Amino acid sequence: MTHARDDIDALLPLPTAAFHILLVLSTGDRHGYGISQDVEAATDGAVRLAPGTLYRTIQRLLEQGLITERRVAVTVDPRRRVYGLTAFGRAVAGAESSRLAELVRLAEVAGLLLEPS
Amino acid sequence: MTRLYRILLRLYPAGFRREYGDEMAALFAARASAEGGAGRIRLLAGAAADTVANAVPLHVEMLGQDLRYTARTLRRAPGFALTAILVTAIAVGANTAAFSVADFVLLRPLPFPEPETLVRLCAGPRTGPVGWGCNNQLSPADYRDFRDQTSSFAALGAYMRDAVNLVDGGEPARVPTAFVTSEVLPLVGVRPLLGTWHEPDADATSMPTVVIGHGLWQSRFGGDRNVLGRIVGLDGAAHAVVGVMPPEFRFPGRDVQLWTPLRLVEADFEDRGNNYLEAVGRLADGVTFEQARADLDVIVERLARAYPETNEETGVSFFRMREEFSPRNRLMLQALCGAALCILLLACANLANLLLARASVRERELAVRAALGAGRERLARQMITESIALAAVGGAAGVLVAVLMFPLLSLLVPSSLPIGSVPGLNLRMLALAAVFTALTGIGFGVAPALRAGGRASLDALRGGRAGAHRQRYRAVLVAIEVGLCVVLLVSSGLLLRAVLRVQSVDAGFRADGVLTLRTVLPKPEYGSAEKRDRFYGDVLAQVRRLPGVRSAAYTSGLPMVMTGGIARVVLPGQEVRRDADYRVSRRYVTPGYFAALGVPLLAGRDLEDADATRSVAVVSESFAERYWPGEDALGRAFLFQGSTRVVVGVVGDIRVRGLERESEPQMYLPSSHIGDTPLSFHDPKELVVRTAGSELALVPAVRDIIRRVDPDQPVSDVRTLSDVLATQTAPRHAQVRVLAALAIIALLLAGLGIHGLLAYTVAQQRHDIAVRLALGAEPARIARNVVRNGMSIVLLGVVPGLLVAVAAAGSMRALLFGVPTLDPVTIVATVVVCIAMAATGAWLPARRALRVSPMSVMRAE
Repeated sequence: MTHARDDIDALLPLPTAAFHILLVLSTGDRHGYGISQDVEAATDGAVRLAPGTLYRTIQRLLEQGLITERRVAVTVDPRRRVYGLTAFGRAVAGAESSRLAELVRLAEVAGLLLEPS
Repeated sequence: MTRLYRILLRLYPAGFRREYGDEMAALFAARASAEGGAGRIRLLAGAAADTVANAVPLHVEMLGQDLRYTARTLRRAPGFALTAILVTAIAVGANTAAFSVADFVLLRPLPFPEPETLVRLCAGPRTGPVGWGCNNQLSPADYRDFRDQTSSFAALGAYMRDAVNLVDGGEPARVPTAFVTSEVLPLVGVRPLLGTWHEPDADATSMPTVVIGHGLWQSRFGGDRNVLGRIVGLDGAAHAVVGVMPPEFRFPGRDVQLWTPLRLVEADFEDRGNNYLEAVGRLADGVTFEQARADLDVIVERLARAYPETNEETGVSFFRMREEFSPRNRLMLQALCGAALCILLLACANLANLLLARASVRERELAVRAALGAGRERLARQMITESIALAAVGGAAGVLVAVLMFPLLSLLVPSSLPIGSVPGLNLRMLALAAVFTALTGIGFGVAPALRAGGRASLDALRGGRAGAHRQRYRAVLVAIEVGLCVVLLVSSGLLLRAVLRVQSVDAGFRADGVLTLRTVLPKPEYGSAEKRDRFYGDVLAQVRRLPGVRSAAYTSGLPMVMTGGIARVVLPGQEVRRDADYRVSRRYVTPGYFAALGVPLLAGRDLEDADATRSVAVVSESFAERYWPGEDALGRAFLFQGSTRVVVGVVGDIRVRGLERESEPQMYLPSSHIGDTPLSFHDPKELVVRTAGSELALVPAVRDIIRRVDPDQPVSDVRTLSDVLATQTAPRHAQVRVLAALAIIALLLAGLGIHGLLAYTVAQQRHDIAVRLALGAEPARIARNVVRNGMSIVLLGVVPGLLVAVAAAGSMRALLFGVPTLDPVTIVATVVVCIAMAATGAWLPARRALRVSPMSVMRAE
């Protein structure tokens, strides 16, 4: 299933929190708590999503159709809902990644990119 | 910790909280358990910031959605939206205007520095009721004693109000003026916009100065800043302009535009009977109003002992500057606010009704949305947003309505206070408007919205009809509207009856066709009675020759204009007593006065020129009745100022003190009997001319005559006696107009309410009506049913409305001039008007019921 380029572009650039959530979900479905922990782990604790930001972003991503709520037969806690990336979400995350890569390339050309210390 | 976080969660919209609240709390709890004491505090602080940062955008988003939805739905129902906005605008406008004016007059501090320490001092009766405001003027000597013998005042100044002819090259203009002592302007404390106050120690030889008002500066001098130093003529004397006051400076009264120095010289202090000053003071630091009054009372006693001749009965009228208006004025403003609140309630009932009707119509829509998963809370929120949006638009329009109403309400702003005639748009007023908008919008829009939100049930989806009890609820609301309308109709009706009653009071003279104008003869130039009489004689002889003139005369005071001039009269052998039973009104007149004024001569004769040397008097009917009850007064003698006078004529009574007050019996003395005194208070100065033609057409010719007799004497206070009479009832006319305007609004709103309810009922009963028509019911009977329906609601509202109205009228009694609160004419008229309103409101729905076509209704089923 392909998505119209315009639909994707309309959502870019993604807010940082949204991009992190999509990144984490791209490796598998998670519930909200899991998302927050994995984001924290992936960024070595640099990004710590506060509950309000996390769930408002989840709500927004759900509305935009970038993620979806999975029906899971057995969960640890029945109150916890599990979210997964949709195909559209994957496409948007990809487009955002390309956009960022392009920015990085430009920064490199300008000689602004620092060696990781 | 987590409990605290749960409280924070309440800031989120309920839907969001339901959806994610538990998980958010769990996430927070997990993080909190991993932290130590300080970390937890930091976590909580972070969570608070996070909550605000996310809850606010969520609410805003939702508001945006609701507003867009509201705009869409209202576009589909423009009639409803317009009506709701209009009703809100009227309610908010009427209340904002009424309460702003009341606040302006009753509460707002006067526009002077430290206004609460400003007081006014005048002369008053030593015993008995003082009344409101300035009772009588002070003599310069009394003013000086009050000023010098007490330390209660930081400063006490005196002034005299008058009008002067301003000449500065252009057309001469008559300008209201205050002659102020050097203390006055500094103690009132408003700095001039340009220039300075008067030099306090300017000597008598230097040119007098004048400070001008902002209005005059703009209109007369085009706002020219070079006006300072200009020389202008005031009543023929050159004055140098030294200052311009700011626009909000209105002291001592609203119209005063010139302030010139009042320099009292030693001669002015000689006669304590010559009263022409009013005083204004500032209380000294730490001195209360009551202490100052006690201080003044001591001086009053001292003066009464020292100068019994003039001061035996002289006390003070002493009051805060803030309180210089009549209690009736206060009562009327309170009545106005009450009436405006009636309109507010009426509008709320009307709006609640509108929203209920709309809720019934929207029941299906709401049920569909509920079935699609919108929570009850979400629907209620949507409806509340709709109410608030309508109220906000209506409230904004209401501010406009209020500003439009100000000119009408300004009639109720007393001109005795040193404030403008309208409050002007300010923050206080906008705050009031916001409060009233909230009251209308939230108080009564929300209630039905909550009901509707709660009742979005499956019944509606199934096509069920609105419950009968909601219909009853709406009928009660309309009955309340009718009741409130009755309250306003009765109140304004009673005020109208009061005006008519005052107008029907016999003034004792015939006002139509009488021109009056004033010429005060200056002293010492006209110090001798003989010289004055020559002036009067010359003027009157020529005026009487003018075409159309029937009669002309001079008098020391016009009825209802000069209300004082009181004297004491006793019979020979009686002791002089001080009580009111011996007070009479004293006027010095030339022959022909009674004919000019149209006062009937009941017995004897008018005064004549030869009376100049005789001890005679003409008295009024009540005078004769008081001293010689049941007897013929002609030829009887009485004592006045120690000399005997003989009655030569008896004339009709005049309402000297005004249509609404009892007047003392009147005594008329020949003009020359004033004698050669330096005072001019009792000098005849008002020329009274009765003409068969137009009064004002005579003015140029009369001015000409006076100029020919003495070119130096100005003519002022040109007016017709009809105008004098009209000012007697002007405040009452204003009251009636204001209250009647509100009553008409109430009538329209109530009519709208009845119409809306009946139209809705007819629409709901289309089916029943169609069936009955199909079964052969008479159409007229069905229409009658609709009308009967309307009438029963009117009756339901009229009866309690009348009860409240009578109670309200009781509190307005002081304004009613004796019209009984249960005035049958007013009550019958009110009921008739209400029935007519109901009939009008029922008219269209009844016709619609008649037009129901059984076939089309059946087919639709």
